[in-house]
Amino acid sequence: MIAETGLAALWLATALAALQLGLACGLGGEEGRRVGTIRAVALSQALLTLFAFGALVMVFLDSDMSVKLVAANSHSEKPWIYKFAGAWGNHEGSMLLWVTVLAVAGAVVALFERRLDERTLGATLGAQAALGLGFFAFLLFASNPFERLDPAPLDGRGLNPLLQDPGLAFHPPTLYLGYVGLSVAFSLAVGGLIRGDVSPAIARAMRPWVLAAWIFLTLGITAGSYWAYYELGWGGWWFWDPVENASLMPWLAATALLHSVNVLAARGGLRAWTMMLALVAFSMSMVGTFLVRSGILTSVHAFAVDPTRGTFILALLALYIGGALTLFAFRIAHVKEGAPFEIVSREGALVANNLLLSVILGTVFVGTLYPLIAEALFGEKLSVGPPYFDSVAGPLALILAALMMIGPQLRWRRDKTAILPRWAPGILVAIAVLVGSFILNPHIGLLPRLGLAIGAGLIPASLQPLLGRSLRRTPLAVWGMALAHLGVAVAILGMASDSAFTREKLAAVRRGEIVEVGPWFVRLQEVMPVAGPNWTAIEAELRASTGSGLTVLKPQSRFFPSPPTTTNEAAIDTRWNGQLYAVLGEPDGQGRWQVRLWWKPFVTLIWLGGILIGLGGVLALVGRLLRERRQRIRGEEAFA
Amino acid sequence: MNRWLRFLPLLVLAAFVAAVIWRLDRPAEEQIPSQLVGQPVPSFALAPAMPGKAGLLSAELAKGRPRMINVFASWCVPCITEAPLLMELKRQGVAIDAIAVRDRPEDVAAFLARHGDPFLAIGSDPESRVQLALGSSGVPESFIVDGHGIIRYQHMGPIEPGDLPEILREWEAAK
Repeated sequence: MIAETGLAALWLATALAALQLGLACGLGGEEGRRVGTIRAVALSQALLTLFAFGALVMVFLDSDMSVKLVAANSHSEKPWIYKFAGAWGNHEGSMLLWVTVLAVAGAVVALFERRLDERTLGATLGAQAALGLGFFAFLLFASNPFERLDPAPLDGRGLNPLLQDPGLAFHPPTLYLGYVGLSVAFSLAVGGLIRGDVSPAIARAMRPWVLAAWIFLTLGITAGSYWAYYELGWGGWWFWDPVENASLMPWLAATALLHSVNVLAARGGLRAWTMMLALVAFSMSMVGTFLVRSGILTSVHAFAVDPTRGTFILALLALYIGGALTLFAFRIAHVKEGAPFEIVSREGALVANNLLLSVILGTVFVGTLYPLIAEALFGEKLSVGPPYFDSVAGPLALILAALMMIGPQLRWRRDKTAILPRWAPGILVAIAVLVGSFILNPHIGLLPRLGLAIGAGLIPASLQPLLGRSLRRTPLAVWGMALAHLGVAVAILGMASDSAFTREKLAAVRRGEIVEVGPWFVRLQEVMPVAGPNWTAIEAELRASTGSGLTVLKPQSRFFPSPPTTTNEAAIDTRWNGQLYAVLGEPDGQGRWQVRLWWKPFVTLIWLGGILIGLGGVLALVGRLLRERRQRIRGEEAFA
Repeated sequence: MNRWLRFLPLLVLAAFVAAVIWRLDRPAEEQIPSQLVGQPVPSFALAPAMPGKAGLLSAELAKGRPRMINVFASWCVPCITEAPLLMELKRQGVAIDAIAVRDRPEDVAAFLARHGDPFLAIGSDPESRVQLALGSSGVPESFIVDGHGIIRYQHMGPIEPGDLPEILREWEAAK
């Protein structure tokens, strides 16, 4: 019964999305075009979609095995939190989550957006409804989450054990919030292009959405990277896997957009470019979702492949992105370019930032799709791996980081003052670290060495915009920028330290034997079987010491019977100066066990940096919203 | 902005959609074809992996009749899921030999007692030498060798129910 109610709510919401699109196109006459009318439709659509999503969560919590999706993806013995997360840990549920977020975002725009004129807002909501309509249709016709199974099986078929992890339960929704937040930027750009009016007001309306989406993407990617690090047991933190790239590409576009939207909001410049980025950012989200969900590219993240669904999403993607890009091509000539600026200026630096980010985006895009292109054109099977991405994206990212040392120190429009003294702190620190690293350790690779230098130089440089200001009166957005840039510095230091100083040891050891890795002596104490709620495992007890302290690590090799899968649970001991990472391998049949150990100095800085970047985004978002609210109140007082 | 530059993103999109349609139309083969298919079996002589069974000699493989070689180990969990399917292949007339990798005689015997014994000869490969020479990176893995000692087919990972028709087809072809 719950399932049928959910399905009915979904159908009603679809009808309302169609109505919203019709009204925005003027089918309801002038009265229908009024924002008040559209607002009511958008709100009801969001509530109905939320209701449908709630119904899906309910059937998962109830373990209602007569619903096909529950039977295929859940199990009555599963801990309740994974039943809950199981609602979106599968294709249909995740698509329902996607449209839910899309509809709620549309309703929030309809209810709270005050910066735009009525016509542009109407066009934006029309675009948002058009997006929603396609994905509703996809759910109803190709991925119905509420389909029944008759007769109902006695129990379900479990959940992918790799996904049975608290972090991962909330990882996909975080990324989805990011992807869908970008849909609002997309709709705003479409609305602005339709009206031929790309004003700073649009940029101001777009900014909080881009910021929020970017925060979610940043945190989602950071969490995903840590998950892969401890769950996949390879000791690496980024694998350039197609699915990882699918989340990185929208992030790169959103990062560029985040910076260019500020130029448009503050200076009225970069109009065409900002609109293009807004279209590209959400397009990358759709391309990413498509690549992940269609199984087009082989990846460690295996998802069920269904050609019908792949074709359906591809058609939607071609329609939306193609439509928006065509609109852009024909309408952008009607958009007036904004205020001019000189190359040596804040705008100039931001343009350089945008170009670099776009080139990195292009590199990742081409690299991700190259195996497909090569096979289609030359019939050649190949895979593009870390060597390509590292050697192309690495140097570009370092140049970008170097630019971050000098860009925020520049003034808007043009900078004729003495700039070298302002650049000095960052550059001097970077040079000092570079020279110091040559003296202390001549055997580091070039990229990690430059990473250490630029990361270190970026620390003073990112804090510099706070200097010479009264800290209490410094806008939160500036604090946010400083914190986010500091986060980039911290993350770069972590990456460079990981690749320069990591020590690795693979050994076959008997009980009682000792392995040395970095400063650690690790002794295999015991190997024993253990059992969990729905798995059995072999667990090793490793005693690690550095002379000063002793710590015990318990890596496991887990076996899940339903479906039969083996996973490696790495054991990680986190110290202030790094992590000791242990993986238990296979026995050799003669009393020895394969043990793989890594000592990774300061590797945690990578994720700490990611969190700082996200927090910087939160400060900027809160700062912008509070300031706009204050200004609006002040404006209303002025009218009174 | 240049007039034509405005259409560039559309062009990129069209190329992407074309490539993807091509792929949807022709799904990728799941596994990279083995470099060893068509090559003779590397020469080896393995001692019996357990009492009561013959060891495995590469010379024995080129005696006019095809053989399937299953690389397995008693400590390998996916090998358990594969065991009933090997029994089914044996029932259908496939002659299967095995290489037990890094294993102990009593463990091999216990494994076969619990999960069924489809094997004629079982060679013991205590240091994975033959496994590596065969280009096999993990267990389980299966090969079909024809009567002239030429490898005709390689299957990586556990055999699943859906794989049986293909394996039987390859077996017939190797005869």
